[in-house]
This record gives sequence, C-alpha cells and structure tokens, in this order.
Amino acid sequence: MSYQIIESCVTCHACEPLCPARAIYRADRHFSIDANKCTGCDGDYADPQCVSICPIEGAILDPSGVAANPPGSLTGIAPERLPAAMAEIQAR
Amino acid sequence: MALQLIGQATDDGAAGCTVSGCGGSSAQLSHLSAQIREKVHNHPCYSEDAHHHYARMHVAVAPACNIQCHYCNRKYDCANESRPGVVSELLTPDQAVRKVLAVAAAIPQMSVLGIAGPGDPLANPERTFETFRRLSEKAPDIKLCVSTNGLTLPDHVEALCRLNIDHVTITINCVDADIGAMIYPWVFWNNRRVKGRKGAAILIEQQQRGLAMLSARGVLVKVNSVMIPGVNDQHLEEVSRVVKAKGAFLHNVMPLIAEAEHGTFYGVMGQRGPTHTELQRLQDRCAGDMNMMRHCRQCRADAVGMLGEERGDEFCMEKVEQMEIDYTAAMQQRAEYHAAIEANREAQKHHSGERFVAVSAIKRSQRETRPVLMAVASSGGGVINQHFGHARAFLVYEASPTDVRFIGHRKVDLYCSGGEHCGDAESTLARIIRALDGCEAVLCSRIGYEPWEQLEAAGIQPNGEHAMEPIESAVAAVYDEMVKNGLAEHRTPSERLRIGA
Repeated sequence: MSYQIIESCVTCHACEPLCPARAIYRADRHFSIDANKCTGCDGDYADPQCVSICPIEGAILDPSGVAANPPGSLTGIAPERLPAAMAEIQAR
Repeated sequence: MALQLIGQATDDGAAGCTVSGCGGSSAQLSHLSAQIREKVHNHPCYSEDAHHHYARMHVAVAPACNIQCHYCNRKYDCANESRPGVVSELLTPDQAVRKVLAVAAAIPQMSVLGIAGPGDPLANPERTFETFRRLSEKAPDIKLCVSTNGLTLPDHVEALCRLNIDHVTITINCVDADIGAMIYPWVFWNNRRVKGRKGAAILIEQQQRGLAMLSARGVLVKVNSVMIPGVNDQHLEEVSRVVKAKGAFLHNVMPLIAEAEHGTFYGVMGQRGPTHTELQRLQDRCAGDMNMMRHCRQCRADAVGMLGEERGDEFCMEKVEQMEIDYTAAMQQRAEYHAAIEANREAQKHHSGERFVAVSAIKRSQRETRPVLMAVASSGGGVINQHFGHARAFLVYEASPTDVRFIGHRKVDLYCSGGEHCGDAESTLARIIRALDGCEAVLCSRIGYEPWEQLEAAGIQPNGEHAMEPIESAVAAVYDEMVKNGLAEHRTPSERLRIGA
C-alpha cells in the first residue's frame, strides 16, 4: 500500500531525493508518489522517508488515507494546547 | 498549521575598516589579519564599507531543508516579500550558472555569488556543489559563499574547501538545547525526524563542530543569529562569546521577522520581533566580545544587486535566456570597474579622515555633547545620493564627539512591497517616520515639501545640503552644526520625555 502526497504539498523538494524506491516525481501542481513503486520504505528504513522530512502537516497520507503528520505533530503543539501556547508566546 | 523553515538567513557581514565601520571600536578589527581583510574587502555581506560599493547575488538552487525553524515558512514563492527564504523561481544548477554570468555581465559591481536557499544549501549538496563547481570555472573572479543551518556542515567541510568557498555563514540561534527546542520543533537526522530538545541538541552540536572545523581550515565564518524576544534575546551574548571562541570572525544579530501573513509559526502565533532599540542594545552588548555586523539587509534567497536593492525581475530566466553575453569581455570590464571602485574608496577614506579630525576638535573646544542618530538616503557608492522619496531603506549613523559610526539600517516598507492591496492603512510617509524613530536628522540628496514639513513636525530635521558628499563626513558636518547651535546638549529628563512621546 502506497503513501500519497496531496495538494497541500508546497513543492519544497525535500522528499524527492530521499525516496529509496524513486517513487516520488514532480506532477503538475505538486509532488506525487507513484503507487506502483512506493514500498513505504519497508526493508530500507524504520520510518517512511518522505513522511519524516515533510514540513507540512497533512500533506502526506498514509496507506489507510490518514494524515501521516497530523495537526500539531510538526509544530510540537497539540491542537488543544494551541490557545495556551499562543497566549504564552504573545506575552514575550 | 503548516510550519516550515526557510532556511537561512542570507549573507552579510562587516569588517572592512573605514571611519564609520569601526568608529569607536576600531580596536575590535585590529585583530583581523591582513589576509582576512583582503578576503572581505570587496564582499558586501562581510564588509560594511564594501556594501556601499559592491553587489552580490543569490541563486535559488537549494529548495529542500532538513530542519524546521519557527520563523520560516517553507512555502517560499512570493514576489512581494523581501526576506530570507523567499524566492520567485527555483533554478537548476544549469540555469543558475547562466543567470550568474548574465548578472555579472550587466552589473559590473558584482563581486559575490551566494547560495542561501530557499532551503538549506547543504541539504541539497548535489545542486549546490554543481553550481559552485561550474561557476568557479566560468567566472573565477567571483567569490563564492554559502549560508547554512549547519546540520550537515561537518560532512561537507572537505567539499567546501576543495571548491575554494572561503566564506561560510552559519545560522546559530542558540547553544542551549532548551532554548533550541523553542526555536526548532524538529530536525531530520540519520533518516529519522527527531523532535524537541533532542533534535535541537543534535543541531547545536553539528553547528559547533562545523564551525570549529571550518575555522581550523582557515575558512571565514560569519554567524547569523535571529533575535527572538523572550526566547534567545538574553542568550545571544553567550552565543557571541562561544562562536568567537570557536573561531567565527563576525556575528550578525538580526531581528526576527514575524508577520501573520508570512504564514510562519511565530507569525501566526503572534511572537513579536525586537524593537530597533532592543536590537541595537543587544548588538552593543555582543560587541564587547565580537565583531558585530550591522548592515545586514536580510535579503531574499534570490536577491540580485547592491544590498537593499532588488533587481531580480530584470534577470528572470525568461529574460536571461534571451541575453547574448561575451563572458571574457564581461570579466575584463568587471576588473576595470573594481579597480575604479578601489581608487574611489581610497580617495573617500582621505576625505572622511579630514572631517573626522574636525569633529574631534569640537570636543576639545566645547562642552560635552551627546551622541545623535541620523538617517541617510544612499543608493550606493558611500555618498548621499538618493532622493528622500526614493529610499526604500535608510542607513542609520551615530555621531558623537569622538566619531561617526554605522549603527544599522531601517527598511521603510518593512519586508513587503505589496503596496496598497496589502491592507496597511498607514501612509508610506507615516511608516517612514515611524521607521526613523530615534533619529534626529535625515540626510538625502533632495526632499519634497510635504515630507519636509511632516519630518520636522516629528522632530527629525531633513537636510539636503550634503548631496553627493561622502556619508561619514556629511554626518560629521551636520553634527558639528547641531553642536554649534546647542542642539546636541545632554537632555534634561523632561525633554527626553517630550521627545519620546
């Protein structure tokens, strides 16, 4: 089952050279993953490489269609903590 | 929320020694060897004096990044913003080489080519080194430099040295992982994403190792730090001490740029940037330990032209493809142009020196006076040659009884030239006046009637009497005049309040 890059991709190129299966290619508007080539990095790396470097939460879906980097996972601030974190930052 | 990183700050630096560049702190530069001075004397990003005379460009060949900084938005494509990490078009190494040769033929002041993003150049080693390798063959007179977050720097020191890259900028915002965790949410390390304090600790260790390795090889390293109030503002003095001990020759403390519309984590969360005064105070405190750079313009990762100037539009790939260029003739022309610049700088040095003595004389003959900040409109060449209304940034100088020193620059249309539709109701003039807060005079070649009146009303005296004169001597002359008219006396507390209001 393949990972999938969706339209929130900002075309930063970071994932493309990391893919051990060379499954990532530049599509029209953003990067895409060739579902026939993607191995989920099984046998190559512990974590899927595209997911591990992608800077955009939600831009890559796992094989079950769920965001591989869900909201708050890359900022380090869980959604429910957002208001408190914002208040703390604005007090600086 | 999408977060990201733009990478690096750009390039800039200061060490070329002139009256203003050193000012009261000329002793700080005395430890620089003649060899280092030679390396920086025509680098606009490393030498404050050189930035009046020489141009630089960045080519955006490096999109990928291996860390996330909270002040960076990885969606880097914006034509209206001018700040690190933003570019209009991404280039292949082949396109980059063609663009550099075209720019270097059209702008003979060009002395430096840097790669600064929009991601991290060393996270794109093939693209970055391919560009450098081909340029060093085709335009050997152009200095090459690179700016990095440092994460993979130790792995690339050999390659950098092989290609004669003798200027490297590392963005180091902290040497303490707890502070790092507030700036860097993750790094990509050994094929895994490492979050929080652990990731920050890896980054810091790699940066420090890379810095020490480059210094040991004799490569000039400038350290850029982003000043983030409430996060690392109290910590950057220590950073200054540490990087100096490890061999950095210049420290550039830059203000955080964080606006909600930039889409960065800090921007969206409402993290504030420092005020001009906070920045200047920190730079002054760090200056006790380190050569400080104050003329950084925080330019785009595809900037073209003199610092503070954006000529990228003239050299988009579509136009570059049409240009016919005689590379040999262009290189010859650059050599002649640079020789003329050097002759001119030499002449100005003597001119400034004379004025300088005159200012010092004031101190002996008169009562004690206070330092005064003045803004200057200059489009380059080290002289006052810009119409007030054309200035997009002002140089700020501090005149005191003992010297004239460069303090920094103030951008007018803060990092965005989007114009009316950006929704900022404040008029351009009001914005300029706010940007010049703390200055008591503004020197320009000409100025219109309306801005003259409003500046005067705001306590900033416009002055168009020194058009085409070297900046330092003009600032000294205006200070001289202020002293004679009793305008530079120490203020009483009540006067200070009134002026501050």
